[in-house]
Amino acid sequence: MTLLAEAGTQVLTSAAGPSCYSRLTNEWICGQYLTDRKQEIIDATVQHIWITVVSVLVGLVIAFPLALLARRLPRLESLILGITTGIYTIPSLALFPLMVPFTGLTSTTVVLGLALYALTILVRSLLEGFRSVPDEVVESATGLGYSRKKLLFRIELPLALPVVMAGLRVATVSTVALTTVGSLVAYGGLGNLIKDGVSTNFRAELLTASVICVLLAVLLDVALVGAQRVMTPWTRRVRA
Amino acid sequence: MNVLSEAWRYLREGDNWTGAGGMANLLNQQLLLTITALAMALAIGLPIALWLGHLGRGGFLAINVSNVGRAVPTFALLALLVVAEWPGTQSFGPYGRAGLATLIALTLFALPPIITNAYVAVREVPPDVRESARGMGMTGPQQFFRVELPLAMPLVMSGVRLALVQVWATATIAALVAGPGLGRVITDGFFRSNYGKGIAGAIVVALVALVLELLAAGVQRLVDPTRRGGSSPNREVGMSVGTPTVDQPADAVG
Repeated sequence: MTLLAEAGTQVLTSAAGPSCYSRLTNEWICGQYLTDRKQEIIDATVQHIWITVVSVLVGLVIAFPLALLARRLPRLESLILGITTGIYTIPSLALFPLMVPFTGLTSTTVVLGLALYALTILVRSLLEGFRSVPDEVVESATGLGYSRKKLLFRIELPLALPVVMAGLRVATVSTVALTTVGSLVAYGGLGNLIKDGVSTNFRAELLTASVICVLLAVLLDVALVGAQRVMTPWTRRVRA
Repeated sequence: MNVLSEAWRYLREGDNWTGAGGMANLLNQQLLLTITALAMALAIGLPIALWLGHLGRGGFLAINVSNVGRAVPTFALLALLVVAEWPGTQSFGPYGRAGLATLIALTLFALPPIITNAYVAVREVPPDVRESARGMGMTGPQQFFRVELPLAMPLVMSGVRLALVQVWATATIAALVAGPGLGRVITDGFFRSNYGKGIAGAIVVALVALVLELLAAGVQRLVDPTRRGGSSPNREVGMSVGTPTVDQPADAVG
């Protein structure tokens, strides 16, 4: 094993000049690593993205009816807010193990866990968004004969969108960061690379995965800002 | 639910709590880490944020530090610190292996909620209150310590409370780099396929998190100056009565 490894480093150093990753040289920034392990990095990034996106979507799907329920029955509001806040105090490293008896060591554990965290932020911002809709707008829509359902989807939801999107951005960015913890059950996307980097003391892998992780958060945030601009054209017209 | 009964058995066994690697020791380690990191973040973040809020400048900075901070995974930051030459995995006093790296990562993690909340809290003091204080001839520091700070206190405290619970929760991540704290029980259980142990650790961590949250909520209620006068219906009355420092100079002027 050691013989093989030594032979490997010698081949690398002699073939491609000073390679920046090996047992002897362990540099933080290494272009060679990027080309050599390209597929591995891409796979981890793809896993990271789908875990994040699915988690936030599942969170949104659960949060929407909860927010509607909380709005219609004020007595349930504090209960729903209390429970979702309670979930948020459970550490992620503890939440995943607590779910394993029910979901096993699968990606479901990670996705559901992250969805529960996103839930806290999303329920709050949905409620705040509905509250930000001016009463007179709702009243005039009712006066025009809008049904409850039509009122919700045509008037209230679009007007609540800016506030809801702000919450969605926060939820997405923190989910990107939290996904790394999923490496506990081997579904952590870039977190898997970070964990491997720590256990093998591999600096290039560690830094690359961390940087991609932050870039992903920024990119998804920018994408959501773009989506918000497209979906709420009236906010731009008012400002202009 | 075989695993849950295993976890229960693990929790009941006294041997698992005592000793150097026992849960009592790890619990202490993590509490110590949490409190130190929070104290350091408060010492660094609060003065800056309160000062910026008082000046009414630098809001862009305060809010953006928070947003960028959220995007950096604490696990990645911790991993980078552990693999770097300094602070590396050295043990640090009672904090255990990789104690210093964990402390730095947790302190950075605690800063955003503290800074954002403190800044917003001071900014949200009603402008008319601020102006009357100035009209009474209060100097800048008087305005800040007698008017703005007491009124901002509830929101500042809610930031501290948020930071406390988040730091406790995040401190478990140190275990992923074999660092200190209760997360060790969880990761050990997982890596050795002893799921009962992992879940036992998770239960303890989650319970302490809830206890901390309740304690912090209690403290927050205690330091809220606007609640001293009565319940929420006469909150507005309570606000002006609750700041006698504003009334006294008013008498003097009148």
